Order: sequence, then structure tokens, then C-alpha cells
Amino acid sequence: MLKVKSLLTAVAATAAGLAAFTADALTINGAGASFPAPVYKVWTYNYQKATSTVINYQSVGSGAGIAQIKAGTVNFGASDSPLKSEDLEKAGLIQFPMLMGGVVPVVNVSGIKNNQLKLSGEVLADIFLGKIKNWNDPQIAALNTGVALPDQAITVVHRSDGSGTSWIFTDYMSKASKSWQEGPGRGTAVKWPVGVGGQKNPGVALNVKKMKGAIGYVEYTYAVEAKLTMVQLQNKDGQFVAPTQESFQSAGANADWKNAPGLYMELNNQPGANSWPITGVTYILIHKEQKDAEIAKEMLNYFAWCYKSGAASARKMDYVPMPDNVISLVQNLWLQIKNK
Amino acid sequence: MKSSFKHKSSKAEALFVKLTTGCAIIIIALMAGFFLQLLWHSLPALKAFGVQFLFSAAWDPVRDLYGAAGAVYGTLVTTLIALCIAVPLSFIIALFLVELAPPWLATVMGHALDLLAAIPSIIYGMWGLFILIPIMQNYVQPFIGSTLHLKCLPFFSGEPSGSGYLTGGLILALMILPFICAVMRDVFKMVPRVVKEAAYGIGCTTTEVSFKITLRYGLQGMLGAVFLGLGRAVGETMALLYVIGNAPEVSKSLFAPGTTIAATLANNFAEADGLFKSSLFELGLILLIITFLIQVAAQLWLNRVREKSGGGL
Repeated sequence: MLKVKSLLTAVAATAAGLAAFTADALTINGAGASFPAPVYKVWTYNYQKATSTVINYQSVGSGAGIAQIKAGTVNFGASDSPLKSEDLEKAGLIQFPMLMGGVVPVVNVSGIKNNQLKLSGEVLADIFLGKIKNWNDPQIAALNTGVALPDQAITVVHRSDGSGTSWIFTDYMSKASKSWQEGPGRGTAVKWPVGVGGQKNPGVALNVKKMKGAIGYVEYTYAVEAKLTMVQLQNKDGQFVAPTQESFQSAGANADWKNAPGLYMELNNQPGANSWPITGVTYILIHKEQKDAEIAKEMLNYFAWCYKSGAASARKMDYVPMPDNVISLVQNLWLQIKNK
Repeated sequence: MKSSFKHKSSKAEALFVKLTTGCAIIIIALMAGFFLQLLWHSLPALKAFGVQFLFSAAWDPVRDLYGAAGAVYGTLVTTLIALCIAVPLSFIIALFLVELAPPWLATVMGHALDLLAAIPSIIYGMWGLFILIPIMQNYVQPFIGSTLHLKCLPFFSGEPSGSGYLTGGLILALMILPFICAVMRDVFKMVPRVVKEAAYGIGCTTTEVSFKITLRYGLQGMLGAVFLGLGRAVGETMALLYVIGNAPEVSKSLFAPGTTIAATLANNFAEADGLFKSSLFELGLILLIITFLIQVAAQLWLNRVREKSGGGL
């Protein structure tokens, strides 16, 4: 009996403590891109520990994120494909970059090791267009002298769901190949000429792992985690580079942010001898006019914290944090935010 | 006695009637609500593509061109494959359980069957992705295509990729098998003993009893079982999503990746807007109409069989 009583008291005390804890904690809701979601999860957890502010981030996809911030059901949206400045103006939103990261082609070819195979943008696009059907195709062989390429049919794996990762990847192929640009084009979902579709990043990774002769594309972290075979790509300067944190960073460093209206930036195919050609920026979208001053202030505190204290954890997960000059541009932009 | 009872509680009775009627109306309201909602949201797509939507296999989100042919075709093909495999197999298993198996084995297998029916479809999907796709790619598809030399037929042409209509149909067959089989078993159990024993009495073999007595007696109930499986197969989403290949195309080859209506909806809803979203709603409407038509066909068929055979189950 005594035991039960003390247990009850303990439960009541904990409940009261929790209630007190949640009473002064603010809750901020965000939704959108799945590409940066692994980092956002770590950030929200650490920020809540540091400040007791609760940040809920639903990784529902960029398109859904944009739709939800436009509808006003969340405090901030996140998207991998930036909005054009006229669209921002129309919806009363501002956008700023949060993170950069690389998308990498991954393959499952007999006898090919990680970062061994070399591909160019045109050849990659021709594979995804279904023009190159076998791994021993002369066009692939020409880029890989001395590598034993097997006589193996190519199976293309792409995303079956609409996705920001697909946007970054198809944007790159549109820039690298004329026939891709005039054919499927770029978008969160496109008309894939060949191949099978996998569900989200893990689905594509799994399909590539299971299917012999497969080629797909995933966000870099997923390729590392699933221990997939990555390839070297030829960048704008004609150099072959392997996907690494440094080559993503190099792509970001060469971008001209100052002359980008609405901070609209496409990092694909950036110049620089070390630049990885398929690099994306992921954005945060918030309303210019904020309803709740307290939430608006705390939200900006959070983003400032992300830039400053979140950089290390982002780097650890192979994403690239924004450089200082971009952060100061963003903080200038925040001055436009008004309370209703 | 009865009338006085009714009189006394007539108010309560009236309330009860109203309450039950109200609850029953919810079903009709829901059904009509779904239909109207889907119709309303598919209006932009209906205006943009018209009847052509049904026959076009175009699916290009960049240029905003959509057609239902790929998804409808995939739905029908996978369902057909699933039924072709599951119905005969269920029939044989149900016959074994009722007519031939020793009672203890029938009980164990019966429980296993019920358990199979309770496995969530996502599990079937994951199993398909991890186990069935590699088996199909490395053994089954090369065997059909190269070893049996059936590659020259359009149904089995193309490179074996593991996923596709055939794999999708197989997974569906496994999923609907326990449902069809369980109903068939119950139907066969209801065949009166007296009829069967009479048949045995005049010297029929087990095979003869199975096909001439059990099958004919349970025909109506078996059709019901088939339609139950059909209804489940048409709308199945999660299991197919992982194995169908998700390509909105119409391919003759059963090895080629395809898609179904439900899989297309699950894949694209989160990122869709404008005409894309409206086209997805129209696909949903088509699925609803297909399911409705199946129900009507099932009812008509059952009525016909009932008139023809007279009585039965």
C-alpha cells in the first residue's frame, strides 16, 4: 500500500513537472524537405535540450512543405527547390538557404569498387535516358580506360515519389545534357524514360543494392550509410571528382550569392576544379508578416543557433553548412520580417 | 401482449428507429461524400483532358500531361495474375483441408491460414522487396526468359529487373490467397454431409465427390470468395508499391515495371499540386468506380447463379 502511494506521488510529481515544463516551452512547427531531415532532427533535439523550445519538423517533402507554409498551417516550411522571387512576393514569403549537400549516383556493377567508375554528365544523362543500355558500352569504356567493364544490362532506379532530391538530380542532368533538358526536363517528378521507381532515399538505395547492374541516385548520407558504390563525375572544369564533403564545399564556395535575387541559387554544375557537380541547397521559407511576435522571435533565434551551433553536427553528417558571408546576407534579410 | 408492450414504449421505440436509421444513413452519406469530393477535385483534370485521360499513357509532371492508362492497365494486369494464381490454389487447399486432411492437420493449417490473413500488407511489401525481387531477378525471370526460351514472346521479353507486373501479381496472389481460401473452406464445410455420404454410398471416388458435389454445391459461395479477393487486390497499395517498379507505362512484357492506381496515389500525393493533384483525384475516382462496378457485377452474377442452380448456399 505504502509502495503504491509513493509510486502515485512520484507519478503525480513527474506529471506536474512535465506540465510546468511544457507550460513555458514554445512550440514551433515546420514541415517540408526530406533531404535535410536527418540534420533537422538532430538540431531540434539539441535545441530543445538547450532552450526547452520544442521544434516539430515533419519531413513530408518539399512540395508539401511549400503548400503548408502557404496555407499557414506551419510556422516554417522547408524546400529543396527554391521559389522564384515573384512567387515569394505573391505568397508574402521570404526564403533563405540552410544547408548544402550532395546528391550522388550509386551503382551496383560486378567488379566495380567505390569511386572507381568515371562518368560524365552526358553519359549519365544518356544512361538515364535509356540510350546507353549496357555497362560495357563504348561511351562508358572511353571514360574508364583500364577498368574491366562487365557485359551487364543497366537497370535505372529513380525515385517513385515526388522529391527535392529528384529536382536537384534532374536539374543537374538538364544543365549537363541537351537531350535531357529537351526530353524529361527538371522537376520534383519527371517522366522517366526508363527504369524502376524506389520509395524515397532508402527505397532507391535498397533497389540499387538488390538489383545487379543498377544505377540510381541518393542523397550522400544515404549512400554512405548503405555502403553503396559511388562514382566519380566530370565537373564543369573537366576534372573527375569523387563525392566528398570537400567537393560539396567547393561547389558552395564558388557560388555568387550576392547577386541572387531572393537568394535563389542553383549549385549544380558550379565552376571550380574540385567542385562536385550535383550539389543542392535546401531552403527555409517563412512569412514576411508574423502573427505571433514571440514565436517569430524564437524561430529566428533557432535559425541563428542552427547557423552557429548546428554547423558542427551538420558537418558530421556530411552536409555542408552555409559560409559566413551567406549567413550575414540571411540575417540582413531577416530585418524585413514584421509583426502583424 | 405484444401491442401493449409496443404502446408503452412507443417513444423509446421511435427514438430507437430514428437512431438506427440515422446511423445507417451515415454509410450512404459517406459514400456519396467520397464520390462528390473526388468528382469536385478532379474537375480541372476532367476539363483539361476529357475522356482522353482514360486512354492516354502520358505521365509528364514537368509538362503537366497526365493519363490514366498506365495505372489502370497495371491495376487490371496485376489483379488478373493474382486471381489466376490464387483462385485455383485456394480451391485445392480448401478441398484438402475439408475433404482429405486428418482433423488435427486441418486445425493447425486452418489457424495458419487465419494468421496469414492477418499479416499487414507492408510486411508483404518488405518481404517482396528484400526476398522476392532478388529471387525473381536471378532465378525465375532468367529461367522463363532464357532457359525456357520464352523471351521471343512479348509477355516475357526484356531484361529481368526483378520488379514488375509479374512480381506484383505474385505478391498480390499471396495476399489474397488466405482470404479466398478461408471463405472457400467455410463454404465447403457447409455442404450437407448427407449429400456427400450418399455420393460415396453409390461408389463415387473422392475426386468425383469433390468436383460433382462439393464444387457444384458451393459454387455461389466460391464466387463470393473470388470477388472478396478481387476487391482486395484492386485497391492494394503498400505491398505493390515496393515491387511493381512504379513506372506509369503500358508494357506488354510482364517483366517490365508498371504501376497501379493505388501505388500512383501513394507515391505522388505529397508533392503534387494544381493539375497534377487533380489528375490524382481523378485516378481515385476511377478506382472508386472500378470497385463499384465489381460490386455490381458480383451481385448480378450471384443472382444469376442462384436462379440457375436453385438453392445452394
